[in-house]
Amino acid sequence: MSFIDKLKKNDNLYFALRNKKVIIGAVIFLALLITALIGPIIAPYDYEEFAGAPYANPSFQHLMGTSIFGRDVFSQVLYGLRSTFVVGFVGGTLGTVIGLIIGFFAGYRSGSMLDEILMMMTNILLVIPTIALLIILSAYLPYRGVITQSMIIGFTSWPWVARAVRSQTLSLRNKEFVNLSRISGASTFKIIKDDIAYNMFSYVFMVYILQFAGAILTSVSLDFIGLGPTKGISLGLIMQDAVNWNAIQLGMWWWAILPGVVLTVLVTSLYFINTGLDEVFNPTLREM
Amino acid sequence: MGKYLRKKLIIYLITFFFAVTLDWAIPRFMPGDPISMLLARFNGLENSSDIVRSTFTKSFGLDQPLITQYFGFWKSLFTGDLGISIYLYPKKVSEIISQALIYDILLLLPAILLSWIVGNKLGARSGVNKKVDNIMMPFFYVLTSSPYFWFAVLLVFFFGVKLQIFPVNGAYSNIMIPGFNIQFILDFLYHWVLPFLSLFMVMLGGWAIGMRNMIIYEMGSNYSKYMESLGSSEKLIRKYAFRNAILPQVTGLALQLGTIVAGAFTTEIVFSYPGIGYILLKALLNQDYFLIQGCFLFIVICVLVANFLVDIVYMLIDPRVRFSFSGEV
Repeated sequence: MSFIDKLKKNDNLYFALRNKKVIIGAVIFLALLITALIGPIIAPYDYEEFAGAPYANPSFQHLMGTSIFGRDVFSQVLYGLRSTFVVGFVGGTLGTVIGLIIGFFAGYRSGSMLDEILMMMTNILLVIPTIALLIILSAYLPYRGVITQSMIIGFTSWPWVARAVRSQTLSLRNKEFVNLSRISGASTFKIIKDDIAYNMFSYVFMVYILQFAGAILTSVSLDFIGLGPTKGISLGLIMQDAVNWNAIQLGMWWWAILPGVVLTVLVTSLYFINTGLDEVFNPTLREM
Repeated sequence: MGKYLRKKLIIYLITFFFAVTLDWAIPRFMPGDPISMLLARFNGLENSSDIVRSTFTKSFGLDQPLITQYFGFWKSLFTGDLGISIYLYPKKVSEIISQALIYDILLLLPAILLSWIVGNKLGARSGVNKKVDNIMMPFFYVLTSSPYFWFAVLLVFFFGVKLQIFPVNGAYSNIMIPGFNIQFILDFLYHWVLPFLSLFMVMLGGWAIGMRNMIIYEMGSNYSKYMESLGSSEKLIRKYAFRNAILPQVTGLALQLGTIVAGAFTTEIVFSYPGIGYILLKALLNQDYFLIQGCFLFIVICVLVANFLVDIVYMLIDPRVRFSFSGEV
């Protein structure tokens, strides 16, 4: 069987590879991911090292110029991108997994006490502005690493996943095949795993991408407020530093703006993949 | 209808209760000893140690058991007593917040409402028109992907530093005294343009994308196809699709409020705009726990009230909620 035939058997993958939005998004995302992975190898300087004359414009020697302290912004971005990906992966995964578990159980046992309690919790967390919660949680921890930050974000970002998954589970719960499993004596866990979760895979995957993007944007805001990682570097920290040292007023656009460009491109690529996959999974939206 | 509002109200009350409890716990369970640190800070001032200590004893009641402290906190909350700021000593926290509030309302309310309205219109336009869609969508995606403060920095750089047409910080010029006269209002508006624009643009992208997706779903749904087969005009179908698509957008407004507040904070920091976000930052940097407490409480109350208003609006525009309340809301 040729590669194309194999592809055609798996039509989601086939349509995904034919969707322009998915391809553009995925290429950008992977390029940035690879850049982040090999960052320390290709970075010309260390992110804290005095690399050259301060205030330098972007040039071949300093691709994104230098900061007010003579640090190479390009190297900083390469290292910072790594933390950004870590926050996306850890925060996004945690938020999705917690939301999934709560959503599945609340939806499958809807109407029960468990559902009431879980949904009450979800609704309360949905209404409390996450940023206020994040500020307090971060303030409690005088020393924060990137992982701590991602976990804080993950633990506060699940409520909307839980709600969305619950309503999807509700609509799947009364389908024939779920009833069949129930009659044949499958356990709740098995039904959720094999019947419900399996049928929601595409939806969950899209939710995960949004959580990934959301975790990145939240972490950047936290960094900017000054509640980022206390050691190490991230894209948000570079920009916080830049704004604190009046980089904009001094006209150092490369320091204050370029890290944000990288970040915006990354998040845009995630949204592109998400929209593209929406078209792939919903045949009515496909443009043929 | 009554049941719908009652259920929502109960959730908000419980949330409020939790938020206040959390708020009460902030300075008490903070690592380190904030009180001795604050006393040390005021060492230079005459009688300061006594004043600060008495303030603390009064509003913390630290010599009493925790449960009494907790009820005392509720009591002082309802009398509007949020303590005294350390950073802006000797101003009252409630006073600082009420001053900042005006700037927040004047900045956020127009930005949220206008971006919602314009975003929905533009999103609906690109949802039904393929050509418009291809041009507009990447633009909206970039807008919604950009961090609020980064977009603010971008605007400051181009309009404030390069072209120098707009001021880049503060809510009014230093020489101005806040007052209700035409000179001050003009100066205020002049400073207002850039922060407003940066919030407006970033939010716009999100609303437009949401609306565009909803319109595409609605246009592909059975009732639209049925109307089309009946031969009704494109315009009429669009009108019905829009009315259905606007509903999740209203819910989205409530869900997004938290994110918007966070974005507004960072924007205020970029512009040194004297709203709650800017004050909260200063409070955090100076470890001014009373002020942090006050800001947190205030943000939660505002978001709760806004949520409740959105719920009422939702009820008014969706007849299904009005006539029967069952299951998912």
